[in-house]
Amino acid sequence: MKTYVTLFLTMLKTGLFTFGGGYAMIALLENEFVSQKKWIEKEEFLDMVAIAESTPGPIAINAATYIGYKMLRFRGALLATVGVCIPSFIIIYIISLFFDQFLSLTLVANAFKGIQVCVIYLIFSAGIKMLKGIPKTPFNIIIMTFVISAMIITSFLAVRFSTLYYILICGMCGVSMYLLKRLSKNKEDAA
Amino acid sequence: MIYLELFFTFLQIGTVSFGGGYGMISLIREQVLSRNWLSETDFLNMIAVSESTPGPIAVNMATFIGASQGGLPGSVAATLGVVLPSFIIILLIAALIRNLLKYKGVQAFLSGIRPCVTGLILATATLLFFNTFLGIQQLHSPFSIDVRAFAILTVLLILQHRKKAKNPKGIPPIGLISISACLGIILYSF
Repeated sequence: MKTYVTLFLTMLKTGLFTFGGGYAMIALLENEFVSQKKWIEKEEFLDMVAIAESTPGPIAINAATYIGYKMLRFRGALLATVGVCIPSFIIIYIISLFFDQFLSLTLVANAFKGIQVCVIYLIFSAGIKMLKGIPKTPFNIIIMTFVISAMIITSFLAVRFSTLYYILICGMCGVSMYLLKRLSKNKEDAA
Repeated sequence: MIYLELFFTFLQIGTVSFGGGYGMISLIREQVLSRNWLSETDFLNMIAVSESTPGPIAVNMATFIGASQGGLPGSVAATLGVVLPSFIIILLIAALIRNLLKYKGVQAFLSGIRPCVTGLILATATLLFFNTFLGIQQLHSPFSIDVRAFAILTVLLILQHRKKAKNPKGIPPIGLISISACLGIILYSF
């Protein structure tokens, strides 16, 4: 029982004190679960991070579910996930109640005009950071150029083409690329 | 039924988005604009709030949009939707298919997704830039340059550049948001 409470409270704390989303949270989780409480081995934690990053969905939720499951199976996963979401949920819900009134003040509206510029900057830097982490292979460069130009062009022409399709198409390109490589390797081996 | 619509929209976003909160931005923008849930400006404000409050950005965004469309039940529906796919997928991996990521086919699929998500984020940022800084939404829309926005961007770039010379981490997002709020008040009020 004590472990359930500790797991829940630790996740609650993580949800309440991390700013900047998943990656900031992973550092905090490592400190809590690996360094301090020693509930999870360092190696297993790194595996978990790789899984959380490569599966769909919010990284923080992926990490919380995984850690919770490792510790206390299904109930642990549920407790950890709920715990990490609750602070966000309450804080944002309360803000949303007052947000429109708050924005109707001229001073606040002007502050938000400044903030909008900053948000665009933040999205750009997130993109650039990811760009730096990607190997510049011809395949990656072609995919990126295709996605960027297709998305900008369809948007300017007001053509609707869901982002979902880009993700699926590019995933399929990855698979075809792999199959092609294997095929040509087989041929070389045969020759 | 708005609650179901919120739930299923975010369920879809949670299932197909890779790369965490920022990877979700292009999907969320497309959905909220096409459903008329938020305007482009509301969307940017929503991200600002999600960035400057604690917790997972994706959960913050879902709760905010849910609350704006359907109050408390709406925010519960949207948050559940965005969290559920993660929860189920991770449970499956942790319980059954521990080495899912080691399969060559899965790796190949992910190798196509990674550059795609990077492209989506950069394209979304570019579209937002055209819209906010130049007033261009579509090919024929009139052109209006927001000089103040350019001024704020320049200040942010200079400050971040100088900070990064000392500390590679740079100024945290919440610091940049506070700075630009002050700049916004100064520049747009007078």
